[in-house]
Amino acid sequence: MKNPIRLGLLCLGLLCSMPSLWAADIPVKDGESIQDAVNKASPGDVVLIYPGTYKESVYIDKDNITLRGVVEEGKWPVLEGEGKRNDAILYSGNDFTVEWLTITHYKGNAIMGQSGNNFTIRYNKVIDTGVYGIFPQFGKNGLIEYNVLSGIEDAAIYVGMCDNVDVRHNEVFDNVAGIEIENTRHALVENNYAHDNTAGLLVFITPGLPIKTTFDVILRNNFVVNNNTPNFGAPGSIVSKVPQGIGIVVMAADDVIVEGNIVSGNKTAGIVITDLAFITDISSDPESEPNPDRLVFLDNLMFDNGADPVAEVKALMLTQFSRTGPDILATPGSAQEQDNCIINRERYTSFGVKKWSECERRNTADVLSYRIPGGAPSEPVTATNRTKLLYQGICAGCHAYNMRMIGPPTLAVQALYRNDAQGIADYIAEPHKVRPDYPAMPSQGHLSPELRKDVAEYMLKVTK
Amino acid sequence: MRALLSGLLLLPVLSSLAAEWRLSEVCPAGFRPEQGRCYLQSLYGEYASLQDSGVGGLKTGLPPLREGFTPQQIDLGRLMFFDPLLSGDGTLACSSCHQPSKGFADGRGLSVGINGQLAHRSAPSLWNVGFLKRLFWDARASSLEEQMEGPLYSPIEMGNSREHLLKSLNESAAYPALFKQAFGDSAISLDRIYTAITAFESSLVSLNSRYDLYANGVHEVLNKDEIEGMNVFRSFVARCAECHTPPTFTNQQIAILGTPEPDGHAFDSGVQAVTGDASQRGGFKVPTLRNIEFSAPYMHSGRFETLREAVAFYTGGRGHAVPEGEKLNLHWHIWEPNLTDREIDVLVAFLKTLSDESFMPPLPSAVPSGLRPVVDVKPN
Repeated sequence: MKNPIRLGLLCLGLLCSMPSLWAADIPVKDGESIQDAVNKASPGDVVLIYPGTYKESVYIDKDNITLRGVVEEGKWPVLEGEGKRNDAILYSGNDFTVEWLTITHYKGNAIMGQSGNNFTIRYNKVIDTGVYGIFPQFGKNGLIEYNVLSGIEDAAIYVGMCDNVDVRHNEVFDNVAGIEIENTRHALVENNYAHDNTAGLLVFITPGLPIKTTFDVILRNNFVVNNNTPNFGAPGSIVSKVPQGIGIVVMAADDVIVEGNIVSGNKTAGIVITDLAFITDISSDPESEPNPDRLVFLDNLMFDNGADPVAEVKALMLTQFSRTGPDILATPGSAQEQDNCIINRERYTSFGVKKWSECERRNTADVLSYRIPGGAPSEPVTATNRTKLLYQGICAGCHAYNMRMIGPPTLAVQALYRNDAQGIADYIAEPHKVRPDYPAMPSQGHLSPELRKDVAEYMLKVTK
Repeated sequence: MRALLSGLLLLPVLSSLAAEWRLSEVCPAGFRPEQGRCYLQSLYGEYASLQDSGVGGLKTGLPPLREGFTPQQIDLGRLMFFDPLLSGDGTLACSSCHQPSKGFADGRGLSVGINGQLAHRSAPSLWNVGFLKRLFWDARASSLEEQMEGPLYSPIEMGNSREHLLKSLNESAAYPALFKQAFGDSAISLDRIYTAITAFESSLVSLNSRYDLYANGVHEVLNKDEIEGMNVFRSFVARCAECHTPPTFTNQQIAILGTPEPDGHAFDSGVQAVTGDASQRGGFKVPTLRNIEFSAPYMHSGRFETLREAVAFYTGGRGHAVPEGEKLNLHWHIWEPNLTDREIDVLVAFLKTLSDESFMPPLPSAVPSGLRPVVDVKPN
């Protein structure tokens, strides 16, 4: 009877330290809980979600987990928010992948990330779901592709405060904003189909956020057509101020390249370039530079834009003796300097780009992706370094190796306990004052018995 | 006359004490020594942060901390922090409004200064204050050194003057020798006073809460309700984590919420009064939520007595407490999340997982002036 238990423990140890070799598939069937499967999963594991309806919010606070829907004969797994659950999927782990899910009727976001690096979000359908559809925030190095999103009251795909993200091959329609790149650097938005939104593609700096810049963005080979849906954004939100009928908006962002897009049928304007004055009822932020700079407009196909512009744009166009709106509109006072450039400008109806120079660059064929080759570094927390982190972060705060700090030196503890890790583990659960000249130690009783023992063993082995 | 008399009475005690004061040679808990200076050791030191700003999700590095002070400087700052010698009349210390037992705040809506005068705003907690780039509710100071000149010399707070502060420290029996231990010679300057107090305040680090264990991969320390609360906190319905970003639980930005003033108080224009920018009217710094459990009442005005009331404010609807006729550019994260009672309860449960006082500094039973140290103020 002893051997199987020992073997089991051994395997557990290996699983923790070598996740990639031992990656497992964890199936979830209709009627079961995705969260339970995530809780069981170890780094490297794939949670396979079979067709069915799953009424839950799922959070993933571990590294290297994949949620993969299994689609069988056209039947999808559906995450159903019933109009009362907050977000469908919340992830904070690195190397997270979510794919092949249908997500609908959540109050918050469909897929939201906070600071997870190396994320992949693809082949998902997001329908009538809350504030944002796909919303990675504070993440570095991500891929968002082949998703379809509709009926979102803010941005369907919102890349916020991220770096190095590719957004490609998605379809976004019937949303307020289609794809929004906000306070983000190094983003490639390519081959997307943005139609029938209030505005199709948006590249913004929003003031008042801790990350202050948006630059180095390529909008390439997208279809941006017929974005004329009346604005149904929540009152007070920033997109609720976007006038309907705009294909592309560049607000305050710098070094944006627009190339090879088909922009047509947008009733106010094909592309609007503007400064932060565009949103009038937001508090100013001295750290946010409000003007769009160094824009590069390469060849694009633009026609039939501005057929019925909103009043402000109509008034502007009348100053040019034109009743219909433009393909390209740089609002007065913004982006009218020579450091912006455009090629073949005679092909478009435009306003405010007269002083732009001719671009030196003719295409962006040299840029294949903005993701980081090999990924952003991340260190999965394994059992070993978890113990080390605990020791260094908490114990070593008061116990130096061979000198007096707050508590006695680790050397002294080692001499006292020798091989008795359990003795240390018991003590840290319920510390009592031993030495009159040292302060009492705070209890670490909230740590599990196993962790206390692990940390105690680690403490006995520390050598420097 | 009374002051002089009590001064004379104290003199013999002081001179005997002066010889005994010895500043600590070890770094405070959580700090490791490196070439005689103290640097924070934290689980978060292992992680990176986008643009090095220290905002984001669970495994995110910290913003830069004011650190690298010597143990002696930190200890000298600690003694001065609790010493009422720093106020104009010897009745108030920094710790009068920043009490250790109250999350380094004072448990009051509006703080009480010299001669019982009321300050204009609630005293903020000092836990993790060394990570902040802007100080004061209206963000008018950009360093701790700059900040402390406010309360020290405000006639309604500590009521001191620069000349009087220098004079009283120089004339004290113990301080010149302590400055020598901390700075190499016994000269007492304003800069050195500010440096030492900054050093102490920067050592008030609280990053070992149960939440932090969770963030660093020890998931079993939070119970089901607390995890549910964390998910409401970071959900895009409540949107708390948008401004109270981990790991410091503040994004260090200005936000306009439209929280109410206490009854009978005039509207506080906040950042607008500093910058003159009307778009920032009613704007205040987003405060940290660490150790929030201990620092009631809440908001710049101390208007909310309990955490639950403070949380419930956000679900009352966008702008519901803005006085009639006020035009405020409310933050776009403020909306109407319609949280259920249960969601509010679990949010409060989650906020309490941010409590950690394991690096509470040693509280002095005596201070170098010989005056009674202000360690804990009993409520009136």
